[in-house]
Amino acid sequence: MSKTVEQLDRVVIRIAGDSGDGMQLTGDRFTAETALFGNDLSTLPNFPAEIRAPQGTLAGVSSFQLHFADHDILTPGDRPDVLVAMNPAALKANIGDLPKGATLIVDTHDFTERALARIGWASNPLEDGTFEGFVVHAVELTKLTLDALADTALSRKDAGRSKNMFALGLLSWMYSRPTENTLNFVRQKFASKPEIAEANILAFKAGWNYGETTEAFAVQYEVKPAPQVTGTYRNISGNLALAYGLIAAARRSGLPMFLGAYPITPASDILHELSKHKRFGIRTFQAEDEIAGIGATLGAAFGGALGVTTSSGPGIALKGEAIGLAVSLELPMIICDIQRGGPSTGLPTKTEQSDLLQAMYGRNGEAPVPIVAPQSPGDCFDAAIEAARIALTYRTPVFLLSDGYLANGSEPWLVPSVAELPDLTVEYATEPNGPNGDFLPYLRDPETLARPWAVPGTPGLEHRVGGIEKADKTGNISYDPDNHDFMVRTRQAKVDGIARSLPPLAVDDPDGDARVLVLGWGSTYGPIGAACRQIRASGASIAQVHLRNINPFPNDLGDILARYEKVVIPEMNLGQLALLIRAKYLVDAISVTQVRGLPFKADELAEMLQGVIEHD
Amino acid sequence: MTDVVDLGLKAKDFKTDQEVRWCPGCGDYAILAAVQGFMPELNIARENIVFISGIGCSSRFPYYMNTYGMHSIHGRAPAIATGLSTSRPDLSVWVVTGDGDALSIGGNHLIHALRRNVNLKILLFNNRIYGLTKGQYSPTSEVGKITKSTPMGSLDNPFNPVSVALGAEATFVGRTLDSDRKHLQSVLREAANHEGTALVEIYQNCNIFNDGAFDILKQADTRDDWMIRMEHGQPLRFGGDGSKAVVRGANGALTIEDGVAEDDPRVVIHDAHADDPSYAFALSRLSSLDSRYSPMGVFRSVKRPTYDAMMAEQLEQAAAKAPGDDAALDALLHGADTWTIQ
Repeated sequence: MSKTVEQLDRVVIRIAGDSGDGMQLTGDRFTAETALFGNDLSTLPNFPAEIRAPQGTLAGVSSFQLHFADHDILTPGDRPDVLVAMNPAALKANIGDLPKGATLIVDTHDFTERALARIGWASNPLEDGTFEGFVVHAVELTKLTLDALADTALSRKDAGRSKNMFALGLLSWMYSRPTENTLNFVRQKFASKPEIAEANILAFKAGWNYGETTEAFAVQYEVKPAPQVTGTYRNISGNLALAYGLIAAARRSGLPMFLGAYPITPASDILHELSKHKRFGIRTFQAEDEIAGIGATLGAAFGGALGVTTSSGPGIALKGEAIGLAVSLELPMIICDIQRGGPSTGLPTKTEQSDLLQAMYGRNGEAPVPIVAPQSPGDCFDAAIEAARIALTYRTPVFLLSDGYLANGSEPWLVPSVAELPDLTVEYATEPNGPNGDFLPYLRDPETLARPWAVPGTPGLEHRVGGIEKADKTGNISYDPDNHDFMVRTRQAKVDGIARSLPPLAVDDPDGDARVLVLGWGSTYGPIGAACRQIRASGASIAQVHLRNINPFPNDLGDILARYEKVVIPEMNLGQLALLIRAKYLVDAISVTQVRGLPFKADELAEMLQGVIEHD
Repeated sequence: MTDVVDLGLKAKDFKTDQEVRWCPGCGDYAILAAVQGFMPELNIARENIVFISGIGCSSRFPYYMNTYGMHSIHGRAPAIATGLSTSRPDLSVWVVTGDGDALSIGGNHLIHALRRNVNLKILLFNNRIYGLTKGQYSPTSEVGKITKSTPMGSLDNPFNPVSVALGAEATFVGRTLDSDRKHLQSVLREAANHEGTALVEIYQNCNIFNDGAFDILKQADTRDDWMIRMEHGQPLRFGGDGSKAVVRGANGALTIEDGVAEDDPRVVIHDAHADDPSYAFALSRLSSLDSRYSPMGVFRSVKRPTYDAMMAEQLEQAAAKAPGDDAALDALLHGADTWTIQ
């Protein structure tokens, strides 16, 4: 039977099932196929904090959304065109996000009276007309998988586990994806269990063949590769890019790296990743708690290492005192905060940008810490290198503020060449610097105000540092009022002075006549950019600026803000950047906020921005 | 083997130009002098020695040692020292802490450093009181202690630091006294020679807020009755004439008996190298809350690989398999699945 092939410019697919159904793996593989095919893409994994939430419940639903296109895209998509639901709960939890006319592919295996009643459905919605406005494919997905594996030695239970691979096979056929890498991946992943590998491959092929032969699926789709800048690409998640950025920073600085960390969602993957790369001189230390994680990092930094600690909001709260000590000791350190929903335990697996003020001010005393924020998964690599540059140049702890959306989301990434990355070479102090041949640990570089980094083992530079206020130059304990005033202002001036090393901000104002500026930071870059495109497509003008450095702000930010009649600041918090902008620049910024644990939808942002423009 | 060069260091080489600011009469002075006097013996260059402390009276110690040093934050010195020692195994890293710093706010870091066997020498100054905050009870104060924060007496059962350390399976645990310089230095010597974490509890007098806490172990007319000096391979006998002894009872428990005959086979011969920590633990339980029957010396000293060495070995193994050069990093960044746009 020959099938129709339809061309699409973009598709948003969401795959949903129980949190133990392998939805994230399925999504990852489909993403890898799509990346290899050359589409631009953006992903949004969304899963509960429980490892194995009760089966078949709304709370246990795990999903993975992928947006891919034949052109450059910025977000994982607002509303899925296709939903694959592995059970009734997955269907019910996600149906509200779908536009009418969307395609549903539903495994009917669990549509029993009992399972339906469990989630509050009195009758089978696949049969009672509930989904009239959708294109519904009710598929016996589990049964088809079991049939395909009938000749293997696997039990029914084990065979049923391959249903995600059947679904992946079907999707791969629908969107004409290359499959060789997925088959290789399965063989490698289950190399020690060849019978499982074989079962998954059988299920995958059965899914593909099901699409090709059954009449239910009449149309196969094609999304052409997106034109991209020439070079070699790979798909990469934010946490992986961040870990690689840190390794690259260590390599380019010539320093050994020390990571002190305590496991916490969604930051643990960075610890896992770095622990695999000891050959690059990376020591990873799983500490007894968050405080020990940063404490050990600070000790290693005192000893001359590139110190890194990774955590999320609750852990950063615990590290506060040690960050203050690092500010006082003026030692380099990178503090990665992979933000999640708060306060308290909050929403561990969901995203939020609500630690900005904690990073700015969450310490006793005047304790300024530079802040760097990546704007997309791949950008986490460059942001890590920028954080290292600031830490090493200015001898200061630096916050790297990522979030759950960046951490787990992925996108195509132009792989850089290590030799072409910034040179981060650092020189330790080797000679006394005082007038009498003595060593002054707080004698500063006149340009950067950085103090010398004199590591133990260097003869003649023995010195003591501590959290008590230090006298200028000598670093000896000092309770002198004028000295304290001087030291507080000097530490602030050092951080403020980083602005002189920042490049001019990129103002995206293609029409040149925009009166409204959207200012953002961090992971809102994608949704804001997509919303701006929509507005420009409708004929209106809007300008966009996105901040990589939040403390200090770039020197040209004030002038840029003054050029626009209105400044809108969308954030996944209650207006933390807006507060800082208003305070520093006396700009009556309009704060647009959302704290749903999910990224902004581009459509909603566009509509709101349109409102601001029209209200002008 | 290369000849060891005598660096010719003297106690005064370890003194800094900073004025020592403990209260006059504080036991810390004696400990500082004993440590400065002992350091030349190590024959380690000053630049390769680091003292790290937390918060409290004892934690001012690094400012007075002419080595590298860090006066950090309350309770965290073992964690900070762990990062330094593991990333710089070439250094001799010492932690100076007190009973509040190590056992209250920093208890977690202490037990984890001990279980990991990081190459640290931890000097725990135990004065059984909070000094710097002016006289509240500490986690080693005896039950019923009347202090500013406990006018009707403290309620908490105290920690015995040696028992805590042994419970964490420390590889080296010793105890000594601020005023007995010779004994203090002998325990420091054994601690310094130990590879791994060495915890040395130093009974230290706070003459302002808890004066005389250890007098029964110091005064000539009482000390022989209450102090049990431990030496490896020697019988645990004490009392002026050695008539008191630690004996092993029929049920295996250790008890103290008076008037023990010279040839009594039940007298325990001290074995600091016993692999099973329960013997040392039993010794640590002999003391009463008011320090009667205090064993002094080395409770336990056993060999176990250090965390630092094992961590370094993993890095060496990984690098030996495939060096971490630019080519390796380029390959890592590329990963397995790439595509090229021409």
